[in-house]
Amino acid sequence: MQELLSGQGLACERDDRLLFSHLHFSLNCGDVLQIAGPNGTGKTSLLRMLAGLLPDYEGEIRFQGELVNDNADHFRENLLFIGHHPGIKLNLTPEENLRWYQSLYRPASDEQIRQALAKVKLTGFEDVPCYTLSAGQHRRVALARLFLQAAPLWILDEPFTAIDQGGVKEIEQLIADHATQGGAVILTTHHNLSLPVELKVIDLGQTVQLKIEGDDD
Amino acid sequence: MTEPVAMQTDSNAISSWRAFIGTFKRDLLLVFRRRSDIVNPLLFFTIAVTLFPLGISPDAVFLAQIAAGVLWVAALLATLLSLDSLFQQDMADGSLEQLVISPHPLAVLVLSKVLVHWLVTGLPLTLLAPLLAVMMFLPDAGFGTLFISLLLGTPTLSLIGAIGAALTVGLRRTGVLMTLLILPLYIPVLIFGTGAVISASQGMAVTGHLAILGALFLVALVSAPLAAGAALKISLNG
Repeated sequence: MQELLSGQGLACERDDRLLFSHLHFSLNCGDVLQIAGPNGTGKTSLLRMLAGLLPDYEGEIRFQGELVNDNADHFRENLLFIGHHPGIKLNLTPEENLRWYQSLYRPASDEQIRQALAKVKLTGFEDVPCYTLSAGQHRRVALARLFLQAAPLWILDEPFTAIDQGGVKEIEQLIADHATQGGAVILTTHHNLSLPVELKVIDLGQTVQLKIEGDDD
Repeated sequence: MTEPVAMQTDSNAISSWRAFIGTFKRDLLLVFRRRSDIVNPLLFFTIAVTLFPLGISPDAVFLAQIAAGVLWVAALLATLLSLDSLFQQDMADGSLEQLVISPHPLAVLVLSKVLVHWLVTGLPLTLLAPLLAVMMFLPDAGFGTLFISLLLGTPTLSLIGAIGAALTVGLRRTGVLMTLLILPLYIPVLIFGTGAVISASQGMAVTGHLAILGALFLVALVSAPLAAGAALKISLNG
């Protein structure tokens, strides 16, 4: 299995509080990794660190064997990060929101954007302003990017927030499909995931001083 | 099953220019959906300038003397008031994170946002200023220079302001902090802007003043997006 992302000796401190330290993990192509743990144990901080949003961290993060900081652009082109806030502009329509995202990555035709919105059950809402949509629908707009952007590494912070049960199943399927096609997914969620592929778990809730091993090979 | 997804190595398909245009279009669209963002600075500018003849003296000779200063100060304050919104919304809804982790130099995307800011505040202020100058009895010889000095000066104000907005975007209440941070940097622009208009009104040469305004603009154009980009990364870290 080809290693996609790995972390060595990661530590995170917020407001003089050590959230986790000596964290090691390795993520191969085809892996789904769940960051688990109670609230306030640093799940979001870890995801932000991996996505490159916390520049000052301890430890090493490598993408395809190369330090992320050495070739940041290459890493970012291959990363799809959906954060805690879905990053949706309320005054824009779902279509306009996605068109902006695609301008940052690969251009998508209007047809592709409409298809992606159809896949997240937003047909008929393509051109209404997002402030008329519900929180779950906002999240669906953000998740439509999963269909548009062909990035091998997905980092998803609470992707199921406000999503209905049927939607959760579809996204689980999507994540499993991405993994079987050779992509990798890191996510946090409080849902009990039922995936047809093997799930790796890092539990940040275990006492933080312990050396936590996420890799199982 | 073990075949990895094709890695995106051909970087020609991802273009910073397209990201610049895409962000420019999005921000412009957002402004047109919330037109008060355009109207508020203009309204402030108009009210502030209008109060001077009412509050001090409607005397034409006196007003002509302070016209350049009043117009420039009001334009500067109007720009300052509009800066809060530059990154605030993006921070709140999470799209700022997406800007920072996109595979583009952050300075390019910041420049795109600043360009929109100038188009909807600095440019309208510049276009409105000659009208208000009539009310302030600015001597005829000063009109052209007023317009040109604002045209050169207001982009500098937007660019420098972006640094302050980026530094304070992570704070709960920015209050007066941003003003304190960037006002010292605004003062050279103000001095040479008003200096140019006063010189022109008195029939003296203005090229020196305008050249310095141009130089300030170029320095800000090159350095402010980089500084604002670095500041945004710090703000997101907090």
